[in-house]
Amino acid sequence: MLYREAGLFKTTYTADQALFPIPLDRYFVLAVLAVAFLVVPLVANEYWLQAVLIPFLVFSMAALGLNLLTGYAGQISLGTGGFMAVGAYMTYKIATGFPDLPIVVAFLLSGLCAAAVGVLFGIPSLRIKGFYLAVATLAAQFFLSWMFNKVPWFYNYSPSGTVTAPPRTLLGITVTGPEASAEVRYLLALTLVAVLALAAKNLVRGRVGRGWMAIRDMDIAAEIIGFRPYRTKLLAFAVSSFYCGVAGAMSLFLWLGSAETEAFSINVSFQVLFMVIIGGLGSILGSFLGAAFITLVPVFLTNAPQLVGLSMPVDLQKHIELMIFGGLIVFFLIVEPHGLARLWQIAKEKLRRWPFPY
Amino acid sequence: MAGERRIGEVILAVDQISLSFGGVRALENVSFDVRRGEIRAIIGPNGAGKSSMLNVINGFYHPQEGRITFKGQTRTQMRTHEAAEQGIARTFQNIALFKGMSTLDNLMTGRNLKMKVNFLLQALHVGPARREEIAHREFVERIIDFLEIQAVRKVPVGRLPYGLQKRVELGRALAAEPDLLLLDEPMAGMNSEEKEDMCRFILDVNEEFGTTIVLIEHDMGVVMDISDRVVVLDYGRLLADGSPDEVRRDQAVIDAYLGAVHD
Amino acid sequence: MEMLRALTYGPLVEMWEYPIFLAEVALNGLLTGVMYSLVALGFVLIFKASGVFNFAQGVMVLFSALSLVGLMEHGVPVWAALVLTVVIMVVLAMVIERVMLRPLVNQDPIILFMSTIGLTFFLEGFGETIWGSNVKRLDVGIPDAPLDIGGVLVSTFDLWAAAIGATMVVVLAIFFQKTPIGRALRAVADDHQAALSVGIPLRTIWVVVWSVAGMVALVAGIMWGSKSGVQFSLSLIALKALPVLILGGFTSVPGAIIGGLIIGVGEKVAEVYWGPAVGGAIENWFAYVLALLFLLFRPQGLFGERIIERV
Repeated sequence: MLYREAGLFKTTYTADQALFPIPLDRYFVLAVLAVAFLVVPLVANEYWLQAVLIPFLVFSMAALGLNLLTGYAGQISLGTGGFMAVGAYMTYKIATGFPDLPIVVAFLLSGLCAAAVGVLFGIPSLRIKGFYLAVATLAAQFFLSWMFNKVPWFYNYSPSGTVTAPPRTLLGITVTGPEASAEVRYLLALTLVAVLALAAKNLVRGRVGRGWMAIRDMDIAAEIIGFRPYRTKLLAFAVSSFYCGVAGAMSLFLWLGSAETEAFSINVSFQVLFMVIIGGLGSILGSFLGAAFITLVPVFLTNAPQLVGLSMPVDLQKHIELMIFGGLIVFFLIVEPHGLARLWQIAKEKLRRWPFPY
Repeated sequence: MAGERRIGEVILAVDQISLSFGGVRALENVSFDVRRGEIRAIIGPNGAGKSSMLNVINGFYHPQEGRITFKGQTRTQMRTHEAAEQGIARTFQNIALFKGMSTLDNLMTGRNLKMKVNFLLQALHVGPARREEIAHREFVERIIDFLEIQAVRKVPVGRLPYGLQKRVELGRALAAEPDLLLLDEPMAGMNSEEKEDMCRFILDVNEEFGTTIVLIEHDMGVVMDISDRVVVLDYGRLLADGSPDEVRRDQAVIDAYLGAVHD
Repeated sequence: MEMLRALTYGPLVEMWEYPIFLAEVALNGLLTGVMYSLVALGFVLIFKASGVFNFAQGVMVLFSALSLVGLMEHGVPVWAALVLTVVIMVVLAMVIERVMLRPLVNQDPIILFMSTIGLTFFLEGFGETIWGSNVKRLDVGIPDAPLDIGGVLVSTFDLWAAAIGATMVVVLAIFFQKTPIGRALRAVADDHQAALSVGIPLRTIWVVVWSVAGMVALVAGIMWGSKSGVQFSLSLIALKALPVLILGGFTSVPGAIIGGLIIGVGEKVAEVYWGPAVGGAIENWFAYVLALLFLLFRPQGLFGERIIERV
């Protein structure tokens, strides 16, 4: 009976439409944020930040982006990696071309570039759906990775073809480059994710989100009601690619430090798609749960055999990882298409009634 | 029945519409009009072109010949979403709700054309965006009260029983405050009790909001009771047009269709 | 100026001046195209019969080839290994039907599509866990000798490949059009429920069609594997079958064939003639961008049926 709704009477629509209408939810989210911002940087070591938490944040951002497009607007995309690459390479170009520009501004600008590219590759979605669109987005993936690999302008003609995050400061603290500490990079990533996740939540509960879901659920009816399909879909592509672009920028500047196009390959696209499916299509929370899950499984597989005194060859571990991911995707699609987020919701429902079964 | 209802000028004129798919003629030279404030029924056997007629009126199908004049504006071609902008809303024969969304959200989609706040403000959910959302929520809540669906406000419509879904769909159309409401078999597949409820809602909508309604229905009893004038289609052609009584007495109609129906 | 020339008409002049070379390039592409066609054929079969867009078709090629090589490495003679691999593919089809398709009957096509992406990853991991992930040589004894036809060099292997591909297409076409089971397959593709209601055994049909697709995959796997070794990249190359489908239409067998040939020739010619001007490796995306353009102007493909939407 700790967690409940009964006895809470909302007297205004404002209260009913609040982000988290139930106080306990509100406290919980605030507590999570407080721990993430204040406690984690103090207790987490370099390994956890670099190998788990920062990639988790990067992928959360990408998963948020893809979830807006696939989960809310119903447009499947296999081009996530390509859009992330746009974000990463454009941030690199902007940051090296305009060294005085605050790095966060560079992130957001390159997000806008990714949005523009997303719109371009989203144009076919006006005429096609489903797997046709999936193939069209593959064009984005392969073309973009080729472009960043073959056009030297994008990597400033460096002979190795890699891009390296230059050192930049924010409020006097070094946040990128080899000198930046993991804690600082983590905090910057966390801030970006928190702010943009809130924005995503706001979008999906308002008119924009309803338009996306309407197109997803029944596009003809949505059009007859007055949503313009092309505008709605292209907006979804733009917003989604913006998030993916920022995720790519974070990936290069706050996580990897230096990268080649291989870091944004088709496998990344699939990985993010898996996060969204496992986490829950059409759920903001799900994007986080999925990202956490997919980042943690490899960490677990690396460490678990050693805990029980076994050693597992690296390639076997990779194969088992593939099998687990693949198997889980099928499992989730069959058992719970709404993913982990739905399980979480069911748990809350149970908690709400506890200790009574009904 | 008319009472204080006012039936006004012609709001919609359908003029010599012909529509075909490939070689199949769905509509042939059909003309009729709808007056402001009236309830207009379209009847006819299966395949007579009734749904096609509605699809032409709201711009989803493009007729090869003929014109549609709505609120004084004549059009030959138009895009689907423009119908909504002109004030035409509709329901569908096979419910076309957004199944993954709650009742409330479904109704809110009906308000989309009235909402103006830009994208950035929505992302921030501040000031005008919040106020707009609340204002439209209030309007939608009135429809929810009117249709007596308060209890399922937050339930995803995919989980609602058929009858309630039909009601939610009517609500979504009403939320757009349409000048012209097109109902495609609003009572199909309902039991008599649900039908009575639906009739009451349709009459109430017509009387309280003065909404003009064009409906397709198979249940002759219902049609004769609630409509002011009836159009009869058969094989894509206009068979008769007039008041329920006139249509009932029309020999061509009796031969083609009504003869088989017993009240 | 030089750049502009290399990007536009320059290659055309070259083609005109050295037709033999062009013929060789085109032929080379044509034979890659046969492989694409074979993979695409597997897609079309499954799509026609179960409405499932089987993303895993590519990995089925890899899996079947891996199984074949794996068995042969364990000393199983070629013919026995072939039979065993066919058995493996049939068992696989049964397992897929039982574990994946049956629980997902009547789900949204997009859900099924995503589940086949899951299947792709699972099979890849599974195949490599069992058979290992190093590159393997496959030799089933198809002769490979150069042949001079009017100045153009052709390998006999490639001719064999084309012949086998053509035979398969004919057999499949007869199977689909003329046999009762083919008719049942087409009925199922139209509407699961309706097919069930007239007494078509849906599950059997699915197993049959997935098995057939498995065998098509095996043929593709053998040819591709003998040509360039059995390795993981096989499933990536098989992704190219997707643009082929866009060109050919998802439901058309001739479309799959012609689409595959167009893409095979197109990307090879583009790579050889225009590639150098932009840094090469345009083979990686050429097919997809071509498909993208197609989607913009002719979404139903070359041979697909136009869909009329109704409400």
